Amino acid sequence: MRTEFPRNQWYVAAYGTEVSRRLLARKICGEAIVFYRTSNGEPVALADRCVHRQYLLSASALDGDLLVCGYHGFTYDAEGTCVKVPGQHRVPRTARVKKYPVVEQDSFIWIWIGDDAAADPQSIPRAPWLAAKDWTTVCGMEPLAARYGLLVDNLLDLSHETYLHGGYIGTPEVAETPITTEVDEDHGIVFVSRHMENVACPPFYAKSTGIEGRIDRWQDIEYRPPCLYLLHSRVAPVGVQPGADGDDSGAFHVEVVYAITPETETSTHDFWAVARDFALDDESVSGFLAESNRTVVLQDVAALNLLETVIVNEPPGYQELSINIDTGGLAARRMLAAQIVAGDSMHAPATAATG
Amino acid sequence: MASRPSRAQLQGATVTYRVDWVLGTDLLHGRCQCGAERESEDPIELWQWLTGHPVGHEQSWSSGQPTPHDLVAVGT
Repeated sequence: MRTEFPRNQWYVAAYGTEVSRRLLARKICGEAIVFYRTSNGEPVALADRCVHRQYLLSASALDGDLLVCGYHGFTYDAEGTCVKVPGQHRVPRTARVKKYPVVEQDSFIWIWIGDDAAADPQSIPRAPWLAAKDWTTVCGMEPLAARYGLLVDNLLDLSHETYLHGGYIGTPEVAETPITTEVDEDHGIVFVSRHMENVACPPFYAKSTGIEGRIDRWQDIEYRPPCLYLLHSRVAPVGVQPGADGDDSGAFHVEVVYAITPETETSTHDFWAVARDFALDDESVSGFLAESNRTVVLQDVAALNLLETVIVNEPPGYQELSINIDTGGLAARRMLAAQIVAGDSMHAPATAATG
Repeated sequence: MASRPSRAQLQGATVTYRVDWVLGTDLLHGRCQCGAERESEDPIELWQWLTGHPVGHEQSWSSGQPTPHDLVAVGT
C-alpha cells in the first residue's frame, strides 16, 4: 500500500539533548517510538508498545538499562528483547519489541524508518556546523499540524519571506530576485540559489551582524530529501566578494538547518537550527537569533496549519497553479515522489511479534 | 547569469538538470546534463521535458555543448 512519506530513509527524531535517561515518546512517520540512553550514553529507540497488552513503554520506567513496562512488568533490554515476564520462568521467544537503528550525528538523533537491512549510516546527510566548535548554534523544534510536504514547499520557495516574514527576514527583493534551480539526481539533492546584490538588510541580519546599510545577500538552498534542508546564507556589505583563494572572511555566514520529519500523514516535527560564524560568544546575538527565528518558524507554522485545514478537505484532483518561484519546490516534489515509490517497493518494516 | 560557480558546482555535485529564471523576463531556461536546452514559461512543462530525457532532447542540443556521445545517459 502506498504511503504518503518515503520509507527506507533516515529522519531526525530528536536533538541529542532531548534523549536522556528519561523516557521520551515521539511518533515518527506514524510509528510510536520510545527513546532513551543506556547507562553508557548510547541512544536507544524501541517501539512504544508492550507486546503484552500494548501499554506505552514511554509511560514505564528504566531499571538500569532495562525498560520495565509500567503495567505488568514485562522487561526489555536495549535490543528490544523481553528478558522477564511476571510470575513465570519461561519468556516467550517471540516476546520482543522492534528496535530501530539510530545514529547520533551533528547534534541530532537520526532514526531509520524502514527495512533495517537497508539502513546505511553513511548515507545520513551532514550538517556539521551544528556541532562545530567554530560555529555557534541556536535551535528548537515546533510541532506542525500540517503534512510535511507543505513545509517542503514553504522552505524551497523563499519568496514567501517577503510577505509572511516582513520585518524579520523578508524584504521586497527576495520575491523579486530570480532563482536558479539545480538537481543532482545521483546524490538526491535539490539546489535553489537566489543571489541578491545591493539590497536592504532585514533586521534579522542587521541586528545580528551589525552591518549598517545595504548588503549583498546570497541564499543557497541545499535540500536532501526527505528530511534535511540546509540554507547556506551569506550576507556582506555591498561589493565584498570571496577572494580568488576562496577566502570569504569579509562576509557573515549563517547556516539555517531544518529537519522535516513526518509525525503522521498530517503532522510534522519542524526542527530548526541557526548556526553562525560570527559573534560566537555573544549571548545577546544568540538570544536575538533564537527569538527571531522561532518567531519566523511560528509564522510558518500558523500559515501551514491553516493551509492543512484547507487541503485536508480538498476533493482529489484539485489543480494548483505553479509559476517560476515554484521551480525548486516542484523539483523537490518529484524527488520525494520517487523516494515514496522506491520505499514502498521494498519490504514493509518488520512488525513486533505478539508473543 | 552569475559567472561565479554555483553552490552545486562548488560542492562537486553532478548537476543533472539546471533551470535558470532568465533575468528580466518571465522565462525559464532549462538545461539537461545531455546538453539539451529549452525555454518555457511553465515550470511544470519544463520539468516534464527535462526529466523525460532523452525523449525530445536530441533536437535540442545547443552548439558548443558536449555531444551525447560524450555523456552517459541520465534520467532514464
